[in-house]
Amino acid sequence: MKHKNLRYDGTFDGFLTAVFTVFEQKLTQVDLQKESDLQGGLFSEIEIIITDESKANRVWKGIKSKLSPQGSYQLYYAFLSEQDGVEALLLDYITYAFASDENVDKDYSHPSILKIAQIAKMVGREKHRMEAFVRFKLTKDDVYFANIEPDFNVLPLISKHFKNRYADQKWMIYDIKRQYGLYYDLQTVSLMQMYLPKDFNFTKTDENYFAAEDLDFQTLWQDYFKSTNIASRKNMKLHVRHVPKRYWKYLSEKQPN
Amino acid sequence: MSFERTQEKLKILADAAKYDVSCSSSGSNRKNSNKGLGDASGMGICHSYTEDGRCVSLLKILLTNYCIFDCAYCVTRKSNDIKRAAFKVQEVVDLTINFYRRNYIEGLFLSSGIFKSADYTMERLVAVAKKLRLEENFNGYIHLKSIPGASDELMREAGLYADRLSVNIEIPTESGLKRLAPDKNREDFIKPMVKVKNEIIQYKAEKKVIKSTPKYAPAGQSTQMIIGASGENDFQIMQTSNHFYKQFNLKRVYYSGYVPISYDERLPQIGSAVPMLRENRLYQTDWLMRFYGFDVSEILNQQHQNLDLDIDPKLSWALRNLHEFPVDVNTADKRMLARIPGLGMRSVHKILNARRFRRLNWEHLKKIGLALNRAQYFIVCDSHIFERRDLSSEKIKGLILQNSTSKYQKTLSNQLSLFA
Ligand code: SF4
Repeated sequence: MKHKNLRYDGTFDGFLTAVFTVFEQKLTQVDLQKESDLQGGLFSEIEIIITDESKANRVWKGIKSKLSPQGSYQLYYAFLSEQDGVEALLLDYITYAFASDENVDKDYSHPSILKIAQIAKMVGREKHRMEAFVRFKLTKDDVYFANIEPDFNVLPLISKHFKNRYADQKWMIYDIKRQYGLYYDLQTVSLMQMYLPKDFNFTKTDENYFAAEDLDFQTLWQDYFKSTNIASRKNMKLHVRHVPKRYWKYLSEKQPN
Repeated sequence: MSFERTQEKLKILADAAKYDVSCSSSGSNRKNSNKGLGDASGMGICHSYTEDGRCVSLLKILLTNYCIFDCAYCVTRKSNDIKRAAFKVQEVVDLTINFYRRNYIEGLFLSSGIFKSADYTMERLVAVAKKLRLEENFNGYIHLKSIPGASDELMREAGLYADRLSVNIEIPTESGLKRLAPDKNREDFIKPMVKVKNEIIQYKAEKKVIKSTPKYAPAGQSTQMIIGASGENDFQIMQTSNHFYKQFNLKRVYYSGYVPISYDERLPQIGSAVPMLRENRLYQTDWLMRFYGFDVSEILNQQHQNLDLDIDPKLSWALRNLHEFPVDVNTADKRMLARIPGLGMRSVHKILNARRFRRLNWEHLKKIGLALNRAQYFIVCDSHIFERRDLSSEKIKGLILQNSTSKYQKTLSNQLSLFA
């Protein structure tokens, strides 16, 4: 059979639609690729997948009926990792799950299941880190603004957490790398794009945008961070393991003052 | 508020509060149901870590560091010549809210020196919590210190607003307490603890009948003991700990290696090392007791009064009880799996899950991510290869130590040379 290359739009629904196509056409030699990753196999036939919510839902429902809630979540988490080749692993896992009578999501001796579980765990860790490391700054229009640069696409995963917690303040979390954000207007959370001046510096608290008192609270927080440390127990290795250096950039307590 | 004044107070009162090691913000179930600020229903989050590697999850401060008492081990003691400060109730409320809104913290941990009297102090701690809950609609985490000797009435109120309450017993033995904190007696610690315990039980019972019963200290009580300040051994420490867990249904006992802060000759002198490794071993023992099904007397007893520093307490127990091994990972029950050195509860669950699908051999065990360095001497699996040599405890210990580089190796050699 000829090798096929399915191109989807990068969304989870798009991916699930592609999986639907794989089963529908009984494809065995297949690559699933985001449209943005342009590297087609020379000898494969390319098919553009048009995201179809009802097909996506059918596949997702099927997955959920085969796996525990935690197992199906792992697939979604792993998808958001955006890692090279994750689609192939997911497809292998899903195919195996559909072929088995039992729930297989704990069968870690299956290589794809183990790998997906590991990737999902990394994404989960990044989600938790973002829930911890987001630092809001109060803007002049009374919105609490934070920017992040996570390794994986975790915004969809942290939305609920922040909505529950900050129900009575407007807030915005912006992913610099993926150039989109979440905005909560006291009612609902929506996705948004932002058009910032070219020279906008995410590590600074520019007085043109941010409330003056915000710098005071950043200073108090930095002071607190220093005072609460016990110098005679210093252990930088442990410190860096918990707060890896790549996250320091946007943590107010780690800014030089 | 005046920024400079607040800034100075914060420095003084955070510095004085840092010796309380508890920073947990988990275990509550307070949801944001009133569309207010905050939610304390999940696992607590560490928003940062200090350079000593400890979790920063709460704004941990004293309301004041004025104190009428003179406990030798405490920086805040009356006779110590330090800068003193006191927050106003509203200042603490403002700081908490503003830190929380910026996602710096999970909530507030408020303790205090005792000024004027126990009740006078407790009243103010309660006032902060009450304001946060009722005026600010705050659903974040609040941990209040129960001031020894505070009245039942105040303790009852405290629990209505706080998620957790704690009294630090600090010194594990009564004689030690008498020597180092002559103003204090054990009764005063116990009294608020008993009150809170009884209220928790009562509220829980009422909740079963009347759904709208308010929450009362949903994250329970905890306490802290200082390690290495008063010459007690590990057996005494863990017995006290066990007693407090059982008598007062405590959620946590914290062990805090004494950080020398004075030249008082009753105490280790400034400059002597903080017993961090010992502290770590005590935590391990505490976990074995609470989550691994060990009875404290299996680990520490008359014959064995101190924990080994060079190996963890589970391994140490296993080496003293080789007749219980090897354990067959394909058939052993959960209790016994949990007793295998080197395996945590997570590994135990991995084994239980994986063996539903097939009989496990060494390859499988490695694949599911078990660390076998210690475990290999204590298990058999679906394989003909296993440790056949009839090894003595000493021999096994030697083999394990040879193959591991403890993160504490450096501290260890320092501390060992101190004893040598
Ligand atoms: S009563 Fe508390 S604050 Fe005062 S000296 Fe004793 S331990 Fe320190």
